[in-house]
Amino acid sequence: MDAKVDLSVTEKAKLSVRNLNFYYGNFHALKNINLDIPAGKVTAFIGPSGCGKSTLLRTFNRMFELYPEQRAEGEIVMDGENLLTSKEDISLIRAKIGMVFQKPTPFPMSIYDNIAFGVKLFETLPRAEMDERVEWALKKAALWNEVKDKLGQSGSGLSGGQQQRLCIARGIAIKPEVLLLDEPCSALDPISTGKIEELIHELKTDYTVVIVTHNMQQAARCSDYTAYMYLGDLIEFGPTSELFMKPKRKDTEDYITGRFG
Amino acid sequence: MSAIPMPAARAALNAERARMHARRKRVNAIALTLSLAAMAFGLVWLVWILFETVRLGIGGIALSLFTEMTPPPQAETGGLANAIFGSLVMVLLATALGTPIGILAGIYLAEYGQKTWLGSTTRFINDILLSAPSIVIGLFIYAVVVAQVKSFSGIAGILALSLIVIPVVIRTTENMLSLIPNALREAAYALGTPKWRVIMTVTLKAARAGVITGILLALARIAGETAPLLFTALSNQFWTSDLSQPMASLPVTIFKFAMSPYENWQKLAWAGVFLITFGVLMLNILARVLFRNKH
Repeated sequence: MDAKVDLSVTEKAKLSVRNLNFYYGNFHALKNINLDIPAGKVTAFIGPSGCGKSTLLRTFNRMFELYPEQRAEGEIVMDGENLLTSKEDISLIRAKIGMVFQKPTPFPMSIYDNIAFGVKLFETLPRAEMDERVEWALKKAALWNEVKDKLGQSGSGLSGGQQQRLCIARGIAIKPEVLLLDEPCSALDPISTGKIEELIHELKTDYTVVIVTHNMQQAARCSDYTAYMYLGDLIEFGPTSELFMKPKRKDTEDYITGRFG
Repeated sequence: MSAIPMPAARAALNAERARMHARRKRVNAIALTLSLAAMAFGLVWLVWILFETVRLGIGGIALSLFTEMTPPPQAETGGLANAIFGSLVMVLLATALGTPIGILAGIYLAEYGQKTWLGSTTRFINDILLSAPSIVIGLFIYAVVVAQVKSFSGIAGILALSLIVIPVVIRTTENMLSLIPNALREAAYALGTPKWRVIMTVTLKAARAGVITGILLALARIAGETAPLLFTALSNQFWTSDLSQPMASLPVTIFKFAMSPYENWQKLAWAGVFLITFGVLMLNILARVLFRNKH
C-alpha cells in the first residue's frame, strides 16, 4: 500500500505483529502485516471474504502448521518472544492462546468432560476442584444455568448457541491469556449472538480478545479496536469509535458504509 | 419486455410449467417403481435364504448340538460341540489379533500418511488384500506356516482369518476417520492437545460407531470363511483346545457334512448353517444396541 498504516495504539500490546507474511503454497495471503493487539481489550478484524482476517488470526496460535503447504514469515511477539520461532512446545503456546471457531465443535463426550478435557491436559486437579473449575467456566460462558442439571449428557445434544458457549467455556477453562474468536456468531441466531456479545464484553476484564467478524455492527458493538483488511493488506487500524466515525482512509469508509464489499 | 409478463405470455408459461411438471411426475413414478423392484429383488433372495436356513436348520437344534462331538457317518447321536468351540476360538482370536493392527494402520493412513508415498502405497496394497480371494490367503499361510512346521493347526487358522480381518478394519477405520470434520481436530489442537491425544480421545471416539461396525463386518465375514481354514486349521473330529493341533470349525464341518451322502451329517450341516447365520445376526443387533449413539 502506498500510505503508511497508522499503528498509533497507545495501549500496552499483548501481541505485536511485525512484518508478517503468510503463504498458502504460492499464494501470498498476508502482505507485510504490522499490528499491535492491545492487552485486556477486544480487537476486531473486519473486511470482505478472503481478505485474510481469519488467516491472520490463525497465525497467532500457529493453527496453520497443521497444513504442510501453509507457512508464515515474520514476527508475532508475545511477552518478548517470537511465537513463530519459539522453542516452546506448541501445546504450551496454545494453552496461553485459546481459540473458538466459526462452527460449534463439541467433542464426542459429556458436557462436563468437554470442559474438563483441556484442563486435564495441563493440570492434575482433585475431583472437587475440577467440579469447581467446570462450574466456573460454564458460569463465565453464561451457560451454567442451562446445563447444570445435565452435565453428564452429550455436548452435541445442546442447541447451536449453547454448543458455541460450551466451546467458549472449554476455551477459558484452561485459563488462557488471549482468546481468539473466529466468527463465533456466524452460525447463531440473534438471541445466542446477543449472549455471546455480552460474554465477550465481560471476558475482556481477564483476557485479551481478538474477534474476526463479518458483521460490522458486531465489531462496532463489542470491540475497542478494529482492523480493516483487504486482499491481504491491513488497510486501517485504530480505536473502533474512530475507525467507524471518521475513518482515515476512503477504502475503509466505503466498506463500513456498504458502498463496497 | 416488462417485469410482469403479459396475460398471454403468462398463460403460455403456466401451460409449459404444467407440462414439465407432469413429465417430472411420470419420470419420478417410473424411477420409484424401478428402485422398489430392485429392492424387492434383493430382499427376496435374502428372505428366501433365511427361510431355508430356518426350515432346514431348526430341526437339528437340540442341546446335544452343543454337548456332543461331530459323529461318524450314520451314527444315531452327535453334535457340533468341537466345531462350535473351534470356530468361536479361531474367530475371536483372529479378530483380537487383526483389530489392533487394522485400527493402528487405519489411523496412520487417515491421520499421518494421507499424502505420503508410504501412505498411498499402503492404501493400494491394502485394497489388493481386501479383494484377494480367501483361498489365496489360505494357501499363503499353508506355505509359510503349515508347510514349515509340518502340521495343520488352530494357530495357522487364526493367522489366515486375521489376514482377512486386517484389510477390512484398515479400510473402515480410515474411511470413518476421514469423515470426521477437520474443525473438530482443529478445536482439539487449539486447546494445546498433543496429536496422539487428539486422535485417541477426540477423532477415534467420534468415529467409534463406524470403526466398530467395520470390526463386526470383518467378524461376520470370517465367521463363514471356509477356504482359508481348509489348508490351515483343517478339521478335527474331536474336541481340542490345543491351538497347535488341527481344529474343527463350523464352516469346514458344514462343507464336509453337506457334501456327504449321510443323512445325519446333512442334518448337522444345516444346523451349523443356522447357528452361523443367527450368531452373526445376533452379534450385529447386540452391537447396534450397545453402541447406539451415546454421544
